[in-house]
Amino acid sequence: MHDFTPLSGLIGGALIGLSAAILMVLSGRLAGVSGILGGALTSSSDRAWRIAFIAGLIVAAIVAPLFGAPQPARLASSNLGLFAVAGLLVGFGSRMGNGCTSGHGVCGFARLSSRSITATLVFMGVAVATVAIVHHGFGG
Amino acid sequence: MALSIASFVCGLVFGLGLLISGMTEPAKVLGFLDIFGAWDATLAFVMAGAVAVSSVGFILARRRSAPLLASSFAWPTRRDIDAPLVVGSALFGVGWGLCGICPGPALVDLAGLSAPIIVFVAAMVLGMFGYELWQRNITGEAATSTPAGAAAATPSDG
Repeated sequence: MHDFTPLSGLIGGALIGLSAAILMVLSGRLAGVSGILGGALTSSSDRAWRIAFIAGLIVAAIVAPLFGAPQPARLASSNLGLFAVAGLLVGFGSRMGNGCTSGHGVCGFARLSSRSITATLVFMGVAVATVAIVHHGFGG
Repeated sequence: MALSIASFVCGLVFGLGLLISGMTEPAKVLGFLDIFGAWDATLAFVMAGAVAVSSVGFILARRRSAPLLASSFAWPTRRDIDAPLVVGSALFGVGWGLCGICPGPALVDLAGLSAPIIVFVAAMVLGMFGYELWQRNITGEAATSTPAGAAAATPSDG
């Protein structure tokens, strides 16, 4: 079902890195999705570029077939309560921690930021523990 | 306008990268996080590719005094590791581990219009507003807050 795909992982990752590099060189902004979305929602200024970036993310899924990219995920409607809880935690936690997988995990590592490396180790570790508890019942 | 077009194109390239890498499939992300199951190391390769390319771009950017389309760089400036960084990242980690979805893939997958993703994104937006409200309450700025000023004073890490 879901196999190890290192090559497409590297290619897709390189595109993500290219996007972050171009955004910084052109606009001086960091490609952290939670920061971009949070700022678009709650900041009263500097919103246009944030909304444009988010529009680009969504349009990417629509034009994906033109670039030979996979379709966006379409999940079966079960356990909606779990998705609601997860969404709340991801939204609240990424703002409180000032970043997510893109801002801390990619851009922060690329900048060798000790804050971002700490944040990434924490959320990776906690996510691994969460999956272990939910799927294997460790400690639960 | 040029700034918005550049941002849109960057969002588009970022989204295509997420799709090609497989990271828009929550099951694949969970496969990486599930180190006690049938472990799928793909996410590590995605991060390696992204960090390698963006770090070169950032080195080039740092050689310039200003970006091409804006007046200044908004590099994060904080160095301190404080409680909100750790606690917020831990909460984020629980949410990420529950469903295998983080903000970038959530927004890309929104185009798939499936109910779980729509619920996730709506809840994520609520969570972001919730943090904003909570933050204003504990700092006692609820009445005369200037969120734009506050945001500008402490640039986000991401």
